[in-house]
Amino acid sequence: MAVASITDTTQYLTFKLAEEVFALDIVKVREVLEFSSVTKIPRTPVFMRGVINLRGSVVPVVDLRLKFGMSQTEKNINTCVIIVEISLGSEKTILGALADSVQEVIELEPERIEPPPNIGMHMNTEFIKGMGKRDDVFIIILDIDRIFTLEELADFHKTGQQFN
Amino acid sequence: MNEGLDKGREIFTEEANELLAELEISLLELEETPTDTELIGRVFRAMHTIKGSGAMFGFEDIAHFTHEVETAFDLVRTGNMLVTKELMNLTLRARDQIRAMLDGISVDEAISNEIIASLRALMNSSATSEQVEYEPQDHRAVGSQTGQESKDVDSDITTYRIRFKPHKELFLTGSNPLLMLGELSELGNCVVIAQTAAIPLLRELDPEMCFVSWDIVLTTCHGQNAIKDVFIFVQDICDLTIETIEADSNMQEEERHLKLGEILLSRGDVTIDELNKVLGKQRRVGEILVDAGLVKEEQIQAALVEQQHIKDVRQQRAKQESMASIRVPSEKLDGLVDLVGELVTVQARLTQTSVAFADPVLSVIAEEVERITWELRDRTMGIRMLPIGSTFSKFKRLVRDLSDELGKEIVMTTDGADTELDKTVIEKLNDPLVHIIRNSIDHGIESPEVRVQAGKPRHGTVHLIAGHSGANVLIQIQDDGAGLDKEAILNKAVKNGIITPDAELLEKEIFSLIFEPGFSTAKTVTSVSGRGVGMDVVKKNIAALRGTVDIKSKKGVGTTIALKLPLTLAIIDGLLVKVGEDYYVIPLSAVHECVELTANDIEKSHGRHISYVRGAIVPYIRLREQFLINAPVPEVEQIVITEAEDQRVGLVVDYVIGEHQTVIKSLGRMYKSVEGVSGATILGDGTVALIVDVPKIVSSVKLEGSEVAL
Repeated sequence: MAVASITDTTQYLTFKLAEEVFALDIVKVREVLEFSSVTKIPRTPVFMRGVINLRGSVVPVVDLRLKFGMSQTEKNINTCVIIVEISLGSEKTILGALADSVQEVIELEPERIEPPPNIGMHMNTEFIKGMGKRDDVFIIILDIDRIFTLEELADFHKTGQQFN
Repeated sequence: MNEGLDKGREIFTEEANELLAELEISLLELEETPTDTELIGRVFRAMHTIKGSGAMFGFEDIAHFTHEVETAFDLVRTGNMLVTKELMNLTLRARDQIRAMLDGISVDEAISNEIIASLRALMNSSATSEQVEYEPQDHRAVGSQTGQESKDVDSDITTYRIRFKPHKELFLTGSNPLLMLGELSELGNCVVIAQTAAIPLLRELDPEMCFVSWDIVLTTCHGQNAIKDVFIFVQDICDLTIETIEADSNMQEEERHLKLGEILLSRGDVTIDELNKVLGKQRRVGEILVDAGLVKEEQIQAALVEQQHIKDVRQQRAKQESMASIRVPSEKLDGLVDLVGELVTVQARLTQTSVAFADPVLSVIAEEVERITWELRDRTMGIRMLPIGSTFSKFKRLVRDLSDELGKEIVMTTDGADTELDKTVIEKLNDPLVHIIRNSIDHGIESPEVRVQAGKPRHGTVHLIAGHSGANVLIQIQDDGAGLDKEAILNKAVKNGIITPDAELLEKEIFSLIFEPGFSTAKTVTSVSGRGVGMDVVKKNIAALRGTVDIKSKKGVGTTIALKLPLTLAIIDGLLVKVGEDYYVIPLSAVHECVELTANDIEKSHGRHISYVRGAIVPYIRLREQFLINAPVPEVEQIVITEAEDQRVGLVVDYVIGEHQTVIKSLGRMYKSVEGVSGATILGDGTVALIVDVPKIVSSVKLEGSEVAL
């Protein structure tokens, strides 16, 4: 059973968080940067790691591991920032997502993508577009627009302190 | 196709708005000098253009309405109606109505109709005679009429030679050639030469016959058909020839033609002296031809005028080209400013690196780049600067209308209208200025009777002054009204519970009470002001622009409100500080001084966040507590004393690094609701530093304090 919303063969950028492989639609990805330093903004949720300087623009960076209930991303030689373009409400905005390592760009036919199982995922399946399989490895395809909702971002300053 | 039309409409709306602004200025000037024909012409042209292009882009209602107003001004132009206060009122109202139509607001038809009706009534009462008097005998009518320049320069401009030779019986059909010539001059730049050679001697003259013919040279963007239309009713009873003298496109080609003498000169066949000598002997072609009886003196005259006309047109066009300015969407400019900001950052890194390398060649390059970058930054910021004059002239209207409404006589004068300010600052300055001027007019300036009694001139004056002072712009609004009444302000403040009756306040503090929300000393609420909304908005808006408001007033003499604003919002001077591992920028405009805070000091104040600065008590806020920073505290901390909400408050940081030219970056939508941080900037080494929002932090600490007290 294929996912209804995926009808065309699409290219995906795969990356790892801990030992799991995730993928993002390549159309959403702008570029991949080396992770150097990040400036924390006070009183914001801990998964919002802060801002970085992207050639003169200030771009927020989020820690996907924390968002998915894993431990905080530790910086090492493979740590990357994937710059993505997400739709926040009606507007588009640029955002950096931390990844333990970036793998490769792959092509997946729609029939090789299945909807995520309802149980046993240990994370909110709302964020997941589908599950792909390649060389016996499961790839979790993320719906990056759904990971961050306006309400969540607007409300953080109320809840921000308890995160810190 | 539709897209093109939409684009056209967009451009029309934009241009019409500009024209309306111009129209308003012209009208107000015209009111002062009602006989200035140039101003009348300007008003008429603005109306005419709005009407014409309005109809072209499908704004039928605007075109129709404007036509009525234009008709009135046509009468003024021809001297058949005088500029009266009544007419000015109507025209200004009409302007506003057009504006409303343009904005697409549902317009009250009744108002339009009423304005039109009043205008018509005005026209009927003052129009003496519609008929322009015309004397056929007047054969000295070598009229040179220079009509107005047509606005749409971008369409093809062509110069035509028109020979209009009416048959003798022209007058019998009731046609008036003068009206046709007038119509022609509407089409463009027009020179008319009357050919009077055919007029017989007076005793043989039949006054009902037309003996005059006309040579017309017309430069216009309208096509030949438009010219033919002018003569449409007389085409059977005249000889009409229309020739193109010169189309726009082949002009340059013609200019390249060299005269024979010039060619000979450049080939070295003759010297300049020889040439001049020979030329001196030569008589002008015209003279030779007249002598030979081939042409008449008048015909030569006509040809010469034609020559002059073409020369003028060319010169004018060259002038227009050299004065060219371009219209650029502001997003493009914003993009440029962003890029320059980036360049400034990179340049800072380059300078830092070159210092580390200590290579003389590299440092020379780095210095050169630095010089160019700063120049580029200043110029780019300069592009965004606009003179404040356009805002000032808007207020002329406000003052005029308000003083009418309140029955006061008020003159507005301005100074320093060419002072330049960042576009965004100017836009945000409009509302506060409106409030201040309204207040001056309503509460400040007295009625004429009261003024005369007080020994002041009948008419009050509101004086707007703008000028630079360092990195700031100073805008002053002066009035010579009654001044602020300290007693009244105090009483009111006590009544409203803003202060306690026994509070002792300095003059300055009393005056600043009028900025409190819900404060008004006006005894009656008028439609203009007095509801107590306004002055607090002024203070808020100016603070949002990182500016300050200052009041000086003397009872019976007048009030001066001074606004101090930064030149630009894109770059500020900041104080770079460090807390833990993070860098922060505190806007320098809010910083008073820096003092040290030692462990000893903390002990002495028994855990209260209070420091003593030269005897005065200054409370402080620990930035590390506000920003929840867990890092070892240095032995000696620094207190940056700032002013927020008219109170000195210290911000405790670990280190003060120094001054920093801060290019302000927005944190974006994700961090929109962050408190205590107003933006970010990029430091020389590429890291991001946050800009501290001092007033927000102070007010949030105050709030926390009051919650604890409850």
